[in-house]
Amino acid sequence: MSASTPSAAQGLYSDVIRERWRRPRHRGELPGANAVAEDVNPLCGDRVRLMLAVEPEGRIADARFVGDSCAICAASADVVADLVSGRSRSEAAALELADVLNVLQAEIRPTRMRCVTLPLSVLARALAVAPGSGHPRSEPGSRPPLQ
Amino acid sequence: MRLDEQTRPDFPILQRIVNGRPLVYFDSGASSQKPRAVLEAMTRYYERSHANVHRSIHTLGEEATELYELARDAVQRFIGAASREEVVFTRGTTDGLGLIAETIGRTLAKGDEILVTELEHHSNLIPWQLVARDRGAALKALPILADGTLDLGALDRLITRRTRVVAFAHVSNVLGTITPVTEIVRRARAVNAITVVDGAQAAPHLRLDMSALECDFYVFSAHKMLGPTGIGVMYGRRAVLDSLEPGRGGSEMIKEVWIDHAQWNDLPWRFEPGTPPIAEAVGLTAAVEYLEKLGMDRVAEHERALTRQTLEGLARIPGVAVYGPSPAVERGAVVAFAVDGLHPHDVAALLDAEGIAVRAGHHCAMPLMRRLGVVGTSRATFSVFNSPDEVSLFLATVAGLRSAL
Repeated sequence: MSASTPSAAQGLYSDVIRERWRRPRHRGELPGANAVAEDVNPLCGDRVRLMLAVEPEGRIADARFVGDSCAICAASADVVADLVSGRSRSEAAALELADVLNVLQAEIRPTRMRCVTLPLSVLARALAVAPGSGHPRSEPGSRPPLQ
Repeated sequence: MRLDEQTRPDFPILQRIVNGRPLVYFDSGASSQKPRAVLEAMTRYYERSHANVHRSIHTLGEEATELYELARDAVQRFIGAASREEVVFTRGTTDGLGLIAETIGRTLAKGDEILVTELEHHSNLIPWQLVARDRGAALKALPILADGTLDLGALDRLITRRTRVVAFAHVSNVLGTITPVTEIVRRARAVNAITVVDGAQAAPHLRLDMSALECDFYVFSAHKMLGPTGIGVMYGRRAVLDSLEPGRGGSEMIKEVWIDHAQWNDLPWRFEPGTPPIAEAVGLTAAVEYLEKLGMDRVAEHERALTRQTLEGLARIPGVAVYGPSPAVERGAVVAFAVDGLHPHDVAALLDAEGIAVRAGHHCAMPLMRRLGVVGTSRATFSVFNSPDEVSLFLATVAGLRSAL
């Protein structure tokens, strides 16, 4: 039996997912985070906590995550943290599933789609509790949080 | 001839190629595959005899009724029930446990106690939570020991004069632990508590004998024992069934009806409102006959050998942990395991890529997962058609998983 990745898993576990799972760029605690949210995927029990450091004028200076999750969910969380870092609150709120999938470059099956979307719904929660967020969902150009 | 060599040609689905590999189906604990005999019996029924049962005064109705009631006789024989009136058909284990909880629930009073165990499937936990909340009853749980067996020493403390129900699994769907049914029943009976046994993981694998187990209720599903989905069995000891009001109302469960009251039908129909799963009952008969022909002792022996091979093989793979009682202890055809550094869903997805179907997640036993200190596990479960070669392939694939992601 070969120790290499089974070929049929190549599509699901893309190089990006594998790389982000092995060497995440944004995994770990974020001391001084002022917008923190956490959620669970009831199907599998996966848990993701996202921590944002939001500056007074609304720029997300840094984002990190911790969690107990599968490779796909962890990779998604890492990508989400990557994509919102350095962005404004409203830009982060406009982040879509397609943006994350575009980075992951994987053939995600419907049964695993929730693994990708969990970090996005946690992001929406974190933005909602960010200081000075007011009503981020009604900001011009922003979208409702992804579920 | 080995059991799987005999049975494999009977299961059409084993011809499936999954992700370019022959299907290795290790998820019978969730739902087993079906032998041709079951599929053909159901097709034949629909093509020749289908009608509604009981009050149909025509040929097809009589045939359907006879076939439906034959299933009751088959199940009575299969589980060693004293009479056919003790065999009630439900929609499955969850439905049966819910029905029992609702029915017994009506007789509970504030301060009464319900005892479950830490290893229950949610189906044998949530209905009791609902009942306890509605009736002001207390819900307690018998803990497990480090080896995954029940802490029987705690029974002295947990079974009290207020204990009205003791509900527990015969075989854990995660750990494979076989619980000492007769011992727990004896202890429960000493305080006149009703015993409810979840037999979903036992009925497909062990020879059952209700006269020996002596529990009040025993519940299982057809679809985990080679039969169709949509039908289950609620065995109830006659004296207990006689003492209970019907849980749910509708047609078939009554004798005579007035606007403001009704007279209940006889057993077992008192507990079977509405049109029952008739074709599914026909399929269940075929499944029972199939298992009887193989012989449940032979089935148990075959699955025990596969389980032992799996446990011993996994123990030799670095970074793999196995849950539940040691291979030396008799256990069900269930092996839950973890691969260090890999999430159970990734383990299942990587195995699926090799055509191997296992379950992954919390297995509807979140309190047990919490007790084990894990989010979930991967789980291989076996049936009559699984082979030692399949186990060898599975073990070799698991051994390569840590470097696969």
